[in-house]
Amino acid sequence: MVSVCIYFQVHQPFRIKKYRVFDIGHSHDYFDEKKNREVCEKVAKKCYLPANKILLDLINNTDGKFKVAFSISGTAIEQFEKYTPEVLDSFKELAKTGKVEFLNETYYHSLAFLYDKDEFKRQVKKHKYKMKELFNFTPTIFRNTELVYNNELAFHVEKMGYDAILAEGADHILDWRSPNFLYTPKTCKKLKLMLKNYKLSDDIAFRFSNKGWEGWPLTSEKFADWVSNNNGNGEVVNLFMDYETLGEHQWEDTGIFDFLKKMPWEILKHHDNEFLLPSEVIKKYEPKAELDIHNFISWADVERDLTAWLGNGMQRAASKELYLIGEVVKQSGDENLIKDWELLTTSDHFYYMCTKWFADGDVHKYFNPYDSPYDSYINFMNVLNDIIIRLKEKAQINKIASAKNTKLKKPFEISERPSSLVLDHVS
Amino acid sequence: MKVLMFGWEFPPFKSGGLGTACYDLTKGLSRQGIKVTFVMPKAPEGAEAEFVNLLGTNNYLKNVKIRTVDSPLLAYNTSESYADYMRRYKILGTKGDVAYGEDLHSEVQRFSEIAKVIAEQEGHDVIHAHDWMAYRAGINAKKVSGKPLVCHIHATEFDRTGNNPNYHISHKEFEGLKEADLVIANSNYTKQNIINQYMIDPKKIKVVHWGIDPENPHYQGDYTSKMSDHDKIVLFLGRVTLQKGPDYFLQTAKKVLAYVPNTKFVVAGSGDMLAWMIEKSAEMEITNNMVFTGFLKGKEVHDAYKMADLFVMPSVSEPFGLTAIESIKNGTPVILSKNSGASEVLTNVLKVDFWDIDEMTNKIVGSLKYRNLYNELRDNSLVEADNFNLDVPAKKVIDAYNHAISYAGGVS
Repeated sequence: MVSVCIYFQVHQPFRIKKYRVFDIGHSHDYFDEKKNREVCEKVAKKCYLPANKILLDLINNTDGKFKVAFSISGTAIEQFEKYTPEVLDSFKELAKTGKVEFLNETYYHSLAFLYDKDEFKRQVKKHKYKMKELFNFTPTIFRNTELVYNNELAFHVEKMGYDAILAEGADHILDWRSPNFLYTPKTCKKLKLMLKNYKLSDDIAFRFSNKGWEGWPLTSEKFADWVSNNNGNGEVVNLFMDYETLGEHQWEDTGIFDFLKKMPWEILKHHDNEFLLPSEVIKKYEPKAELDIHNFISWADVERDLTAWLGNGMQRAASKELYLIGEVVKQSGDENLIKDWELLTTSDHFYYMCTKWFADGDVHKYFNPYDSPYDSYINFMNVLNDIIIRLKEKAQINKIASAKNTKLKKPFEISERPSSLVLDHVS
Repeated sequence: MKVLMFGWEFPPFKSGGLGTACYDLTKGLSRQGIKVTFVMPKAPEGAEAEFVNLLGTNNYLKNVKIRTVDSPLLAYNTSESYADYMRRYKILGTKGDVAYGEDLHSEVQRFSEIAKVIAEQEGHDVIHAHDWMAYRAGINAKKVSGKPLVCHIHATEFDRTGNNPNYHISHKEFEGLKEADLVIANSNYTKQNIINQYMIDPKKIKVVHWGIDPENPHYQGDYTSKMSDHDKIVLFLGRVTLQKGPDYFLQTAKKVLAYVPNTKFVVAGSGDMLAWMIEKSAEMEITNNMVFTGFLKGKEVHDAYKMADLFVMPSVSEPFGLTAIESIKNGTPVILSKNSGASEVLTNVLKVDFWDIDEMTNKIVGSLKYRNLYNELRDNSLVEADNFNLDVPAKKVIDAYNHAISYAGGVS
């Protein structure tokens, strides 16, 4: 008996537009409306709409034997609302079948857990409400941005009332153990841990169109065999991947949609097999062992760690400074300012600053709207400096309102330590 | 294999990157066991002792033989600068025994005629000529020996003049590239230029990106300027001429100063736009923030890189741009024109369109203000600079010789 659990990640960031030093203090318009719309429309056409249609047909034609889970970031949803409402409708359509589960994540697809636990909880809650509002679904299972995970996260997530959490089945934490069972995080009592079967997941997500790969071409029959081979040495095969794999990373002409149409039927041909939603998996199976994962893991790159977002000094400085001003931003009571700050917490902005393998020109480049990680850092820091100015102005206004205080200081200083400046002014 | 090479400058007689390139190439070839006879015009009042001394102390140049032809030719000569030189030479001149050509072109012609004699005297398997002034010499040598001709293009007349070529020169350039059995271009950028401008058959063009000599002792040690106590230093280094974009550098400097007032903009080099640049900076009221060093050579060049916080190369057209790699090797990060060969091979640099003053300003201010960016750029580019040496390009050049010889048929 093998249960197959499929979860797709749906995410689009609000990319920042070209924001130069001249714009600091003059323009508070940070996001690239045109680019974001273009990408959203393109991916809707190439991936979201055709893939949702196929999944809906599969659910209907298999009488609900096929089922699937999604985690849709809040920023992706906002873009669907703005640019491609038909995509949102098609997700609602899927939700109505009752065979689709929605997972909970940070609304802004952020790494807030690493810097600010309160902000993390706030964003998770915001996302939970959004799922309820849109799909009338209350998630019970949590997945953190990019499957970033460790003991401490599990501890907090259990306290927040979730039944299970998802993580990468990274070799270096599993060792001889199989990802095809449930585990219990060392720091938890009840929370169940579901691990991604990265070999089978990546066969689809990364290797599907790779003609140099020994498994190429990957047929649905072949894949179903590989999945069924786990019979006897595992209970559940977790196939976790970016939804954009379908039609966007793997283009339609690679045959990915044909594969998607046939694969569930091939898997169901083996009578012992079934598809389960994450919430069904954790009802059906019990954890086999405890897993002690002290250091953060993720599903990114071969390292499966945080280095894609926090591997260099630029990334660490930008993140740290952003979160340091978070509290003050929220205290400002300025809704636009808060929204802009929140949109900056999206992890993609830090991913763009990654210099790891930059010289080789790899997968990071494909998703990167910038010429180089250095350009993205300059852009981000320029925006952050403008946020500081707005904060200062806000603080001044508040002060003036209370004590009729001094005028704004000009010219401003560009600083990499904006937080200290801001805190000086506000406290 | 023996190479008969015609060039224009060789350290210490040099006014630009070509001399360094020729020196490094011959050194690289020599290390690979290739024998080179390097033929170049000799400036009449040249510092010969220093030159010979330089060769004598360098073991790697044991396979290199230098032959000089008395001539006032310098690389990057224009007709005007040659005429100007000859005027001064006639006033100050002391050597009456050599009949120099009346103008640049007759001097190039004279050098080319002498090449025939040298080609008879010096045994060789392949002829290698650097840039237009040497092409006719190469063609003539080929006429005498029948050996294959490799023409090396470091910069086209279109690069040098901002697309306002002197047609005598561009014709010579065309003639050399056309007659060559094989052309070596120093970047894809240059390759594309000669395909577009001269319709040279892409099949006979081989791209060899340039390297640096990591053993050059000038890369060692530190140099700090007193200016750094209070100011950031942004460096422009190269011939101060249209091709290198000094006007864009000035306009950018003006804008940067609004954000980082304590910046000194150092212009290292001389050229036909230097006087203009000095006057213009006064007009723009940024004289206090400009430092003009004049022409630098040897260790001074490296000290200039070392004292700078940032090296900016706003070239309108930069066939390769070796200085970018030199700067990095000296620990100074680089902002580089996209119109350059170096931008093809460097990733850990900031790249800009030379005309985009705003973006150049944005990147300079960012680099000076954001310490983490600066550190990442410097550290990562330093690692990247290790990819550049003399052996890789030398091997590619030898490869090119073998191709040329096989096209032309047989090695002697």
